[in-house]
Amino acid sequence: MSSANPSLRAQSGPYFGDFGGRFVPESLVAALDELSAEYALAKADPAFAAELSELHRSYTGRPSLITEVPRFAAHGGGARIILKREDLNHTGSHKINNVLGQVLLTKRIGKKRVIAETGAGQHGVATATAAALFGLDCVVYMGEVDTERQALNVARMRLLGAEVVSVKTGSRTLKDAINDAMRDWVTNVETTNYVFGTVAGPHPFPAMVRDFQKIIGEEARQQVLDLTGRLPDAVTACVGGGSNAMGIFHAFLDDPEVALYGYEAGGEGIEGLRHAATLTKGRPGVLHGARSMMLQDEDGQTVESHSISAGLDYPGVGPEHAWLASIGRASYLPVTDAEAMDSLRLLSRTEGIIPAIESAHALAGTLELGKQLGPDSIILVNLSGRGDKDMETAGRYFDLLDAGAQQL
Amino acid sequence: MTNASTGYTSTVETTIAARRAAGGGALIGYLPVGFPTLTESIDAAVAIATSGVDILELGLPYSDPVMDGPVIQAATQQALANGFRLRHGFEAVAAITGQVDTPVLMMTYWNPVLQYGVDRFADDLAAAGGAGLITPDLIPDDAQTWLDASERAGLDRVFLAAPSSSDERLVQAVTRSRGFVYAVSTMGITGARSDVDSAARVLVTRLREAGSVNACVGLGISTPAQVREVLEYADGAIVGSALVKSLSVGGVDAVATLAAELAAGARDIRAAV
Repeated sequence: MSSANPSLRAQSGPYFGDFGGRFVPESLVAALDELSAEYALAKADPAFAAELSELHRSYTGRPSLITEVPRFAAHGGGARIILKREDLNHTGSHKINNVLGQVLLTKRIGKKRVIAETGAGQHGVATATAAALFGLDCVVYMGEVDTERQALNVARMRLLGAEVVSVKTGSRTLKDAINDAMRDWVTNVETTNYVFGTVAGPHPFPAMVRDFQKIIGEEARQQVLDLTGRLPDAVTACVGGGSNAMGIFHAFLDDPEVALYGYEAGGEGIEGLRHAATLTKGRPGVLHGARSMMLQDEDGQTVESHSISAGLDYPGVGPEHAWLASIGRASYLPVTDAEAMDSLRLLSRTEGIIPAIESAHALAGTLELGKQLGPDSIILVNLSGRGDKDMETAGRYFDLLDAGAQQL
Repeated sequence: MTNASTGYTSTVETTIAARRAAGGGALIGYLPVGFPTLTESIDAAVAIATSGVDILELGLPYSDPVMDGPVIQAATQQALANGFRLRHGFEAVAAITGQVDTPVLMMTYWNPVLQYGVDRFADDLAAAGGAGLITPDLIPDDAQTWLDASERAGLDRVFLAAPSSSDERLVQAVTRSRGFVYAVSTMGITGARSDVDSAARVLVTRLREAGSVNACVGLGISTPAQVREVLEYADGAIVGSALVKSLSVGGVDAVATLAAELAAGARDIRAAV
């Protein structure tokens, strides 16, 4: 950062420090340029902001609440823990914030078909939802492995009228779904807009998706001030690609007294290879159109990630996170599958809120952080999604399903 | 063609010029390293060169090949499963250039080059006798390190041009490329198509206006008739998936036969025009 422009919030790509850029086939450049230009116009257009804001209010249910969770916080050193309730949004997660913005943009550009990639299915469901609302054709690419572990979300997307393509190449997870979505986009770019789900990918996606998600932090910052009379000591979120984390971090980037913590999927432990701790264990590289941190072998081949949470099971991460880590503004730590699942159960039992497994990673990290910061501290956690979609995984994990019982 | 400032001669450019002078155009054949095995991939490349392919495009298998269709994806995925390493790429180039004079370009996604080290990659490719790189996911805008390294090492750099590229971007592709400009025939990914898009002809015309001497067309070309048709207006025709499929189904002999048939389409086309 130059001293003339000290605001960390002012970054708008294509590069965040050394990270970002556009590493894409030439065929896509015109579409990315078109998207950048149209987004710049939309950003400056009060009518666009007004339409999006009205959708947030009357469709999504914004502003989302904040909820203080003292019974849960008792397990985290007694720090005051406050949840930002993105789980209460229509479609069950923060993903809708970004999708509504991008679908409005699609409408402005005049395209009639949207495509999306999805891991856990939350972004796919949100895109299918917005496509239904606006009468657009919608195709969602989802790795075959994920279509199996998130079968209910596949049904939801189909019910909403979307076509779900099961991707059978590579590791058959999110990264391969992105590859196939990009192939579709290269082929159908004249008619199709790619509604990208996270703050990764080529410019303008990292900056644009962040802009559509930053409402989370903007609301929460004021809500915490109203509730407690001061800013939180720390803001925490889970990080896969990183959209919910950027969404809640962004409003606090220029508040140096607020520490920012991102929790990555530590899977079965970061000592081995079965994890998705990109910022903890990765190296800089190019994946899916941007230079960022990624899990890769010596030759630059992408390494398959692992997480019990499909939404965090991604070997890359958004370039703005790589930059925030590189300058020390945000810290990123791994949380294992087991720690996340323990926290999922704990929040359910102490507060009656069942979080998504993704968000449970942030909860687990926050309990540890609370013990470090102590009882006078305030921690704001982005509860990015609800756990309904994860009931099958949780049911099996905690052995909650009766043998032979059938769901009718 | 000798570059006035560096004294470096592009064998790819001289090969294309020679074909053009003989009344035809260049046939450029793609095969991936390590498919079905490293040895067979080298044998296949030598065989298609001997059968009339003028320039070899040797693909480095990569885990996330966004520009490739199902045939090449399947082949490169198998090569990776068989234990492909980047060093095999340089070994293959050295083995091939040791047997035939055909110029060998590597086709690679950018991250492997980045991880190997851009300068080290350029040096090792040059030492192996390679002619340069085709970079499907590196646009000139973000390519400064490669522009510098290729200049220093005397390597060709082939950037892509697409039907959707603006005139300004076509000029950039022409200016930054050396060897040839890879004109993407259609909006899409690799794989055989029954018709080569008319967009290719328009794109090559636009590339000429942007100053291109060597514009070669790729994506979707699989038959001798398509090669001939493309070479009526372009300087080279690039065939990939069809060769890979042939190698996959019928082995080295089959791919050599197909190469010879394709090469016949690339020879003196003046009679046909």
